[in-house]
Amino acid sequence: MINIHEVTETNQMIERENLDVRTITMGISLINRIDSDVDRLCGRIYDKITKKAEHLVRTGEAIEAEFGIPIVNKRISVTPIGLVGASACKSTEDFVKIARTLDRAASETGVNFIGGYTALVAKGMTEEEKLLISSIPEALSSTERIMSSVVAGSTRTGINMDAVRLMGDVILQTAEATKERDSIGCTKLVVLCNAPDDNPFMAGAFHGVTEPDVIINVGVSGPGVVKTALEETHGADFRTLCETIKKTAFKVTRVGELVAQEASRRLGVPFGIIDLSLAPTPAIGDSVADILHEIGTEYAGAPGTTAALAMLNDQVKKGGIMAASSVGGLSGAFIPVSEDQGMIDSVNAGALTVEKLEAMTCVCSVGLDMIAIPGDTPATTIAGIIADELALGMVNQKTTAARLIPVIGKGVGDHAEFGGLLGHAPIMPVNSFSCADFVNRRGRIPAPIHSFKN
Amino acid sequence: MSENNQRAIITVVGHDTVGIIARVCTYLADNNINILDISQTIVGGYFNMMMITDLSGKKKHFAEISKELEEVGKEIGVLIKIQREDIFDEMHRI
Repeated sequence: MINIHEVTETNQMIERENLDVRTITMGISLINRIDSDVDRLCGRIYDKITKKAEHLVRTGEAIEAEFGIPIVNKRISVTPIGLVGASACKSTEDFVKIARTLDRAASETGVNFIGGYTALVAKGMTEEEKLLISSIPEALSSTERIMSSVVAGSTRTGINMDAVRLMGDVILQTAEATKERDSIGCTKLVVLCNAPDDNPFMAGAFHGVTEPDVIINVGVSGPGVVKTALEETHGADFRTLCETIKKTAFKVTRVGELVAQEASRRLGVPFGIIDLSLAPTPAIGDSVADILHEIGTEYAGAPGTTAALAMLNDQVKKGGIMAASSVGGLSGAFIPVSEDQGMIDSVNAGALTVEKLEAMTCVCSVGLDMIAIPGDTPATTIAGIIADELALGMVNQKTTAARLIPVIGKGVGDHAEFGGLLGHAPIMPVNSFSCADFVNRRGRIPAPIHSFKN
Repeated sequence: MSENNQRAIITVVGHDTVGIIARVCTYLADNNINILDISQTIVGGYFNMMMITDLSGKKKHFAEISKELEEVGKEIGVLIKIQREDIFDEMHRI
């Protein structure tokens, strides 16, 4: 029988160490809604989303109340709109109509974000996908809850440099279109390599074409819990350190598994995967950088940080995998800057640079995330940074991504405010040497030799 | 899963005063909630109690019971929480 110490431990994790379930994300296929008339398509999309997700938020809240565990976000991901809208959309305005429809559906169902304003262009772009990508600045500046992603590379296909170059421009245009709010549009736009079909986390969530009609995916969290557990291991050896992280990740993930099974049962929707992620928030004590500090680096970014992060990421997976019945998504430690107070402090202290963050993304999930850069950064430089990040993913057969925010009108020394979970960030310097001649070449970088496994 | 498991854990945390257990037990009896086990400790003057209860005979919705227990807690100056047992089972039992 459960004893009082176990109950107290769990409740302390929740009350003092920010243990929560970060997101329940309902994936909804829009394939069977495809239509050649854009207005009819919008109506069919709206109807399906609002019907399937009608009880999502209420169910999430009921689970929160009964188990006493916060579920921070309830979200929706849909089939990439680059596919869904291909037959109906003849202009960027047509795609923006779909974006506004998704925004209304999100608002109606009460979710805070809806992902899937997405183009899958790892190898090449259709004309419609080009239109969707070109519509992103308008789509993100005229909606509140849309999240957009562009998959521009994979280990199997190489990197579509035409898409990467285009994204350099689109990111700057999105920044310009939302400059009144510190270019917040770019916080909702990510470029990915090897994007998973079942990722519950934004901005990269979309409902892949390999998925069933509707599914529930859950993202766990818990940096504060890991950090608190590690406080007991000062000076201990690596074995003890690793065991502590694994045990903690196991406990955190079991809660995610329980919530996922419960949500799936109550909603009558199959359960997909648990995303075993350490996802920070700007709240004090909910930081991945603080874990790295606890492991022994003065600030995130100090020498040793990459090794510490590699170990942390691996132990989180090892502990979490046994606790979950099915694992997927991004699964690993997230290292966003604006959403992690410890990362922000590390940048302010001069310990953490874009280049060090790039190195860190080789050993953890995702990539250059929520990094504010000067608003006058050239589009070709943004494209160059994205290409570097995608190359890491392509060669290492992992997901990588870039979510960069060129904050219009601000430079190094300034600060950008995005608010809420999106946080705030100091503007970080970027390498000012040009890569324009590289980025302006046409075509794609071929798939690496080790992708040929058949 | 909680579909079958009708057990819930009630925790009471606060300054120790006369009659805390009596008040909580009276509420539970009035609502046909059976107490299976009680344990308590006092840490640094703070009263810490845990009850394992069986809700299979409950007359109200979980959310209503949760809210009313919170009210009882406010009246006597302690924090009362009720949570389904599964969350603790999942975390601490393999």
